[in-house]
Amino acid sequence: MNDTSLFDIFVSACLINNFVLAYFLGICPFLGVSNKLETAVRMGGATTFVLVVSSLASYGVHSALVAIGAPFLQLTAFIAVIASTVQLVEMFIKKTSPALYRALGIFLPLITTNCAVLAVALFQTNREYGLAQCLVFAVGAGAGFTLALVLMAGLRERLELQPVPDLVRGTALTLMLAGLLSVAFMGFAGLSG
Amino acid sequence: MSASSTSDPAVNRAVELDGPSPTDEFVKGLWRENPVFVTVLGMCPTLAVSNSAKNALAMGLATTVVLAMSGATISAVRKWVPSEVRIATFILIIASFVTAVEYALQAFSLELHKALGAFIALIVVNCQILGRAEAFASKNRVVPSLMDGLGTGAGFTFALLCLGGVREVLGNGTLFGADLFSERFQPWVIFILPSGGFFTLAAWLLFFNFLRKRAQERRTAALPVGSGAR
Repeated sequence: MNDTSLFDIFVSACLINNFVLAYFLGICPFLGVSNKLETAVRMGGATTFVLVVSSLASYGVHSALVAIGAPFLQLTAFIAVIASTVQLVEMFIKKTSPALYRALGIFLPLITTNCAVLAVALFQTNREYGLAQCLVFAVGAGAGFTLALVLMAGLRERLELQPVPDLVRGTALTLMLAGLLSVAFMGFAGLSG
Repeated sequence: MSASSTSDPAVNRAVELDGPSPTDEFVKGLWRENPVFVTVLGMCPTLAVSNSAKNALAMGLATTVVLAMSGATISAVRKWVPSEVRIATFILIIASFVTAVEYALQAFSLELHKALGAFIALIVVNCQILGRAEAFASKNRVVPSLMDGLGTGAGFTFALLCLGGVREVLGNGTLFGADLFSERFQPWVIFILPSGGFFTLAAWLLFFNFLRKRAQERRTAALPVGSGAR
């Protein structure tokens, strides 16, 4: 059992070891959906939700796999859990709030291939977090992901209006921005005692 | 394929029947459709494990094995998989190979397994593998799919080595662990850190953009006047 305090887990997952800017997890949506502030916020929200649900589900699945003594199925089981969680969440949102469902659109199914989701499941297992720790860890990771996405979207919206050489425009420019953001987040490293 | 067709109808038919040769599939993934520099897929492992050339090489090889094996398997079973559940089936096939590779690496070198950490397991959600499965292996025969997987993997490994090499030389003053400079060289630690990954990849992308643009300009300049201006 791991005895890190809940607050430490949250701050670490959200700021110090930010999933996007320090661990490079979820780069694809980070580069792909960060051109508008509004979509970035929605994507962050949806991902956080899936993170929390799939983290709790993976906790259960891991305990079950340990009980039957089949740890080699872990990866396959986790990915199946995540895919079905996303499917469930999609059905649930469609039923309860069609407006939100329309707003999220294609982003919802794409969360399955967001590596941050699988990484949360794997990390929490490796670090032997308890149920409450898993919950906080998933919320922290989601908050960190949303924060990075929103910051990036804000920067890119500003940059749209600037005269940038043609050669640099596109992915290269986005990556440079991400690098600068990542440098800024290194400042949080001092927080860990 | 259209580029290779000629005016001779017999040759044309042969080209259509055979499609591009397996070698073409290999070269395509390595250069023209390089997964990192051209299609910009699979960014997460690219950036995360490219802080040294050795890690980059190991990750590239592991991904190549998964790409080739899953490509061949998916291509072999493609006729029996209903299209509604194909994505789930592909993911499960990929996950099985990744599990196998992870255990193999653990047996082969525990140190390397530790250095790569969770990123070996995260090959499952590398979008380019599912991308190749969906775009190529589910529509083609086994041998081309295998070659396509190997080619894409080689392209990925090449890109990782480009990144890992630069980052290790600048950030640590070494290449594959061997010292390159005298003691007076002050390493740029930032290249080993996460932000260095973003900067290095941005620089490589710029370089390839530049090359492609220059090639394009040369091609337009080589054409006779009138046909080039559109």
